[in-house]
This record gives sequence, structure tokens and C-alpha cells, in this order.
Amino acid sequence: MSADPSVRGLTSTAATSAAPQARTGAAPSRRTTLVLVGLVLLALGACAAYLVLEARGSWDFVLPFRGRRLAALAVVGAAVAVSTVVFQTLTENRILTPSIMGFDALFVLIQSLAVLGLGSIALNQVPVPLQFGVEVVVMLGASTALFFWLFGGARRSLHLLVLVGVVFGVLFRSLSALVQRLIDPNEFAVLQSRLFASFGAVDPQLLAISAVVVAVTCAWLWSRRRELDVLLLGRAHAVALGVDHRRAVLSLLLAVGLLVSVSTALVGPITFFGLLVANLAYLVAGSHRHAVTLPVAVLLAVVVLVGGQAVLEHLLDAGTVLSVVVEFLGGIVFIALLVAGGRGR
Amino acid sequence: MIEVRSVTKRYGRTVVVDDVELTLPAGGLVSIIGPNGAGKSTLLSIVARLLPADAGSVLVDGHDVASTPGDVLARRLAVLRQENHLTVRLTVRDLVAFGRYPHSRGRLTTTDEAHVDAALEHLGLTDLAGRFLDQLSGGQRQRAHVAMVLAQDTEYVLLDEPLNNLDMKHARQMMRMMRRAADELGRTVVVVLHDINFAAAYSDRVVAMRDGAVVVQGTPAQIMTPEALHAVYDMDIAVHDVAGAPLAAYYV
Amino acid sequence: MTTAPPLATQDVAPAQTPARAPRAGRRRLWLTATCVLLAVLAVLSTFVGVSDVRLGSLLADEGTARDVLLLSRLPRTAAILLAGSTMAVTGVVIQMLVRNRFVEPSTIGTTESAGLGLLVVTLLAPGMALPGKLAVAAVAALAGTLLFLGVLRSVPVRSVVTVPLLGLMLSGVIGAVSTFIAYRADLLQTLSSWMTGDFSGIVAGRYELLWAVAVLTLVVYVTADRFTVVGMGRDVATGLGLSYRTVMALGLGIVSVASAIVVVVVGALPFLGLVVPNVVSLLAGDNLRRSLPWVALLGAGLVLVCDVVGRVVRYPYEVPIGVVMGVVGAAAFLYLLLRRSTDVG
Repeated sequence: MSADPSVRGLTSTAATSAAPQARTGAAPSRRTTLVLVGLVLLALGACAAYLVLEARGSWDFVLPFRGRRLAALAVVGAAVAVSTVVFQTLTENRILTPSIMGFDALFVLIQSLAVLGLGSIALNQVPVPLQFGVEVVVMLGASTALFFWLFGGARRSLHLLVLVGVVFGVLFRSLSALVQRLIDPNEFAVLQSRLFASFGAVDPQLLAISAVVVAVTCAWLWSRRRELDVLLLGRAHAVALGVDHRRAVLSLLLAVGLLVSVSTALVGPITFFGLLVANLAYLVAGSHRHAVTLPVAVLLAVVVLVGGQAVLEHLLDAGTVLSVVVEFLGGIVFIALLVAGGRGR
Repeated sequence: MIEVRSVTKRYGRTVVVDDVELTLPAGGLVSIIGPNGAGKSTLLSIVARLLPADAGSVLVDGHDVASTPGDVLARRLAVLRQENHLTVRLTVRDLVAFGRYPHSRGRLTTTDEAHVDAALEHLGLTDLAGRFLDQLSGGQRQRAHVAMVLAQDTEYVLLDEPLNNLDMKHARQMMRMMRRAADELGRTVVVVLHDINFAAAYSDRVVAMRDGAVVVQGTPAQIMTPEALHAVYDMDIAVHDVAGAPLAAYYV
Repeated sequence: MTTAPPLATQDVAPAQTPARAPRAGRRRLWLTATCVLLAVLAVLSTFVGVSDVRLGSLLADEGTARDVLLLSRLPRTAAILLAGSTMAVTGVVIQMLVRNRFVEPSTIGTTESAGLGLLVVTLLAPGMALPGKLAVAAVAALAGTLLFLGVLRSVPVRSVVTVPLLGLMLSGVIGAVSTFIAYRADLLQTLSSWMTGDFSGIVAGRYELLWAVAVLTLVVYVTADRFTVVGMGRDVATGLGLSYRTVMALGLGIVSVASAIVVVVVGALPFLGLVVPNVVSLLAGDNLRRSLPWVALLGAGLVLVCDVVGRVVRYPYEVPIGVVMGVVGAAAFLYLLLRRSTDVG
């Protein structure tokens, strides 16, 4: 399948015109520039549409209300897109994503366990940043341990890992469902409102923290983009080219875990969104370099999330089913990739 | 008798088997040789009705393989493909016993058991009968599949490159076993081979194919000449007489 | 006691030949012992529940306990045994047909399609009698399975893991369609009752359809050799004079009808068809004539145990069996997968 990224999506990017987004002129082709500009325009259009479509009543109310939700959508889009692309680079595959592996379900599980262990009343006395911080730390530990257990030891086939990842997803989802059942029904209501904040009622404090975390993490990942390019060639090449593979993977994985935690805390799990956005990005970017794929993925995520939500919420009046639509489209894209995948070889 | 009448097979525009006429009388061991892509395996599959021919017909003892009911044919002709990876987990004895399926539909009689025992014995697998296939070495597994085909107790046994993945020792064992199946059990064994020296040493007849057509056929002595081999392989191959048998030196 | 009938399918011992009598004898002994154990478990399970059913109360009171036993507990246990053994058997059948260890009706779209069919018929012809709805569900299940096989055929590079992965994605897509329709029609709760197995609603008069699947299971047992041969591949089957297409059609028909009935009566039981056949394969191999009784027994046993756990763990509330099995099944499956990988290397 599409496990060999060095072959696919490679275009000759020999031309060295000054790149608008890169400090050291590693240069995008004309096409890449066009794609980026086009996506920026699309993303801006989607945001504008989300803010003004079908707006009734006073702008003083509509704009801040919608603006907050727009910010949440953008933060989540960026977090999911970047975490998926980086994760797929680390695992040298284009199918497994953090959410398919159940990282988001793992985070939900941790939150549920917190409610089960402490009770909602005690938990509500803990300030949001501290709560979130502790949950994230546990999440990072658990996801990293899981990752190294699966990918660190004996060399397993990619396909087996994908299957194991999918089943881990099911396990975490069932476990968190089980834990939620064990919680007192009253407390469960509290938990549910926390877990499935959805895009409707985002806690402003949490949103602010998330925005900062995502911005810092993305900036850091951006600074490592050339190392990511090398990692894309696979472990053997990366080691041969002098990258401290284990350390690089560990630090990048922590960043991925952080991004997943943030997006899950904000809106809950969206299984196929990352897969959809990342693979679309590989298709349209016309380059394998992270200097291109990362921003393209982020922009695509914003276009799909904000645009989709604008259409569903304002025009079709079906705001809560975005994840269903994403699941539908994501599944079809995935199958199409599998069907087309072998032909590339 | 197996009669191949103007059989043609195409994949897209590539003609893999090109209007082949071939008659294989009953009895003995027949090898089909030829370079890669000559159409040997495809022809064997068509004869065994695993692949439909695009044109022409194949008769086995007068039965057209395309129209004869599968179970009738399965009592006359057994086939073993190259690719025998099984996802099901079976013991050696289970596998060999399935060779009796055309006769007993899965409910084994004492006669069936006797055939299974005989096939296991013939391939030297009696001691391994209770083992699962995934606990065996590649050579043992190959023998188990051959035992299954023998247990089917058919006049014709078709084997596609049975020496694949076997070392020298096991390859020779396999050839001797096939020779014995022909001599002692009276089967007609048709086998696709790559090694012309094995083919020459053990066969009664050799059929050489190239580009989807039969180029030469005859006794080993008739095939093992530099001229004939050049026609098949497009290589200059010297043939030496070693202890009374022809041996092709194609290595250098 | 009245638990004998569900075990009837397992009591038909394989006709063994005298040549292998000693091994067959020991095997039959084990099988009988397991049957007895399951029967004891089944009887004990009828005493677990909110209303008071004990030997004492059965004999003493005015018949309340007896009513609970006859109308609720016994039907429930029967339904568990029937549905459990059937879903495990359909799992092994589909694994033979697809020639892949990692598939089962709920991971290739069969179950989701049955749910979609039910949903559509509920919307379009709400008044239709149960047999009619069931027929629609079965046809939909068959169509979903055929769709899976069709897509599978067009995937050029197949590996052991591509197959289940494709199935999972297809299930996701079909599930998303169902969810969307259900959301629009306000039937989300109904859909979720089909998609999550639940035995708590089983009372006398509402489960008897399951006896039909017992018949299907029996058919599978009678034709077991054919399925094993098909599991060895098309060429082997043809070489042995078996009509590959006929067996394929029979198998797909049985799997679709059985899945549809189970979905209608108790809801989907995920993972059962995956875990049980894999465990049995490791222990007893895949000669279905021999292994099928084990598959049926262990399937029934696993569901029984999960159901009792679900009833006890949050007493007096019930945890849905799907959740318990998601945890138990996924954990068992992961163990199998990761264990396997170290075997193969």
C-alpha cells in the first residue's frame, strides 16, 4: 500500500525561488504556492461564511458567539491535522492515525477515570487548567508507553500494527463506555457535559489554554520540519543520516499526544477526520516535505471543518452531525486510497 | 489420455497460451519445461479447469474439462498449484484426508482411511500426521500437499513446480516420489519443472514450451540436445554424457 | 433442566472412524465436559438478577418467582446461548469464505447493513410484519457483504490486514449513513438498540426467532467439510470437485440471515465471531467438522459470562453486553494478534 512515501507524492522541487513561509529558501514549486494561496483564500472564505451566514439578531451577540466557536473549530482543525501528519511520518504509514489508534478514546478514558476516582464535586473544585494539565500528563505517559510497546520492540508488519491500532481504539472506547456506566448516573450527566462539549459550548478558559498549547506545539513542530522529512524515509535511512531516531520519535510523539489531548478535550473524538485531511493534503500538496504538507493539512482541516459546519449548521440546520459526515467521507476516501494504493507500485 | 485442442489464453492483449495442440497418453511421468512466461503454468491450470481457456478445449479421457461436473473430474484428475499457502489451520492428516473429499464428501470410510494412510506413508509423513501444517518446515508442508493430491487417487496428477523452495535433497526426494507414483501406483504424473536436468533424469516425456507454444516434445534424449535447448531457451547449452545420462551444463 | 435444547447442536458428535478412536474418544470427553460446564453456568445464570429467584422462593411463593424464571430468565439464557453460538459460527464461516482470520460479520459491513435495512424498512413501511422486516434486513445484510467482497476484489494489493481494515472502514461508512438517516428521522435510539446487543429486553415471546438461527447453525455443521475446503482456496476447492460458487452462496446466505436475525432480536454482538474462532483455531485447528462444536460452545459461553458480568458489575443496573464484550473481546483479540506476531517474527 502507500507505505512508501518516498516514492509517492514526490515532485521535483529543484527550483529555488524564495519561499514565502520558509526562512531558508527550501522552495516550493509553483503549484505548491498556488495550492497554498488557494487554500488560504478558501479557509478565509469558510470562516467568513461561518460568521455571517443566516445571522439573525444583533451583531454584538452573533459575532462573539460565533467567533468563539470558530476559534474552537480552527484550533481543533490545526491540532488534528498536524498531529495526524506527524504521527503518520513517525509510523511510516498513511493509514494509521492517532484517533484510529484510539488515542482520543484513551483521553476520554482518562477523564472518565478521573470522575470515577474523585467524584464530580471534588473534581469541580480543581481549577480547569490544573485538571487539564494532570489529564494531559497521564495521557502523554500512557500514549507514549503504548506507542513504544507496539513500535519499539520486535519489528512487526505495518499491517499488523494497523489492525492492532484499530482494535486498541475499540478497546479504549469500550473501556471508557464501561467506566462511564460505573459512574453514578448523576455524575455521569456532569461527565457527559464535560466530555461532549461539542462545538456548541466551549469553555472559554479551556479554549484559551488550548489555543496557546496548539500554537506553541505547532511552532515547535514547524522548527523540526526538516528532521521530519528525514524521518519520512524510514528508520534505517534516518539513523544512517545521523538522526537520533529514538529521541526524535519520543519528543515528536509527545507533541502528538499533546495535540490529541487538546482537540479531544475541546470537542471529543472525531475518528476519521485526521485520516481524511492528512491524505487529502498528501494528494494536493504535490510535495512530501513537511514545510508544505503541514500547512496544507492545517488549511484543509479548517476549510473542511469550518466550511462543513457552516453549511450543516446554518444552511441545513443539522449542526451536530458533522462527525457523521466526516466519518462517511473519511471512510470512502480511505477505501478509495486502498483501491488506488497498489496501483502506484 | 489428455488432449489439448487448439487452446488459447490471453490476458488483455498478451497471448499467454497460443493455439496449443498437445496429446499426453496415460501412464508415466511427463515434464513441461520452458523459460519464465512460456505459459507452462497457465496451460496446466487450463487442463485442470482452474482457468477457463479463451478458445479451444481440453479432454481428459474424453471428458471436456469445461463442461464435465467438477466432482466427476475430481475423481480423475488432481492438481497442486505452486501457491499453497493456507489460512486455515489443519493437521497433516486433516489436509491429506481432504484429498478424499471427491470420493466421500467428508465422511471418511475405511477405504478412505486406507488411502490416507497410504499417501502419508508414500510421502514419509506418517510420524507427522498429527502435526499442524504451520508447525512444519517448508519441505514437509510441500510433501503434505503432494500427499493430499495422491490421496485423491486419480489417474492424472498435475503438479505445478513442486520443487519450488526445496533444497537439493528434498528436490531429489520429490522427484523420486513422483517417479514411484508413476511406476508403483500407475498414475500419470504431469509436472511443470524449471530444472531441465531433473526433467531429463526422471521423465518419460518432456514437453518444452516457449512464448505460449509447444516448441519441442519427445523423450529426454530427444530434448537434451544443444539445438533443441537453444530453440527453447535461446541459450547455447552444452549437453554432456555423464554416466550414461544427458546432463545440460547451463551454468557457465 | 430446560437449558438442554440450545446445546442440541453441539451434541451431534462428529462421525468418527475407528482408525482414530482413542483421540476421538478423548476429544469427545472434553467436549462433553465443556457442555456440562456450560449447562451448569447457564442454570446458575438464571438465578442472577434483580428479582428474587432462588430455589427456596421457587418452591415457596405463589408463583412470582416461577413466572420470572419462565418468562424472563430462561428465555434470556436461551437467547444468550443461541445468539452467542450463532455469531461465533457465522464468524468462522465468513473467515473461511474470505480466507482471512480477522473478519467477522460486524467488521465487514454485514451487521451494519442489516441495521441500515431495518432502518429503511422502519421508515418506509412501519406497518410491515416482522418476517417482512427481517427479510429486508437479511437482503440488506447480503448486499452489504457482497459490496465488501466486490470492493475487496478491486483492491490490488491484499495482505492479511488490508482485508479487515477495509471491512472496518466500510462498516464505518454504512454506519454513518444509518446514523445520518436515523438522526434525520429521530430514530437514533432505535438504531442504537439494534447496533448494541442487549439481552435485558428478552422475554418469552420475543426471542423465539433465534431458534431459526439454531437451524442455520446445524446446516453449517452438516456442510462443515465444504466450508473447510473453500477455506483452502478456490483452486483447491475446484481441484476437489467442489462448486466454489455454490458453497460461497450458501455461506453468504447463512451469514446474512443469521446476522440479520440476531440484530433484530438482541442487537449486534461485536467481536464474538472474531475472538472465538481464533481461539479455537489455536487450540483445535480449523477442520470445521471437528472445531465447529467448540466454536459454538465457546461462543455461547463467552456471551453468557459477559452477560452475567454485565448484570453483576453495576448491580442493580445493567451494563450492556456490547460494552462488556468490547472490553473482553478487544483485549483477547489484541492478545492473539500480538502473540501471533512474535510467532511469525
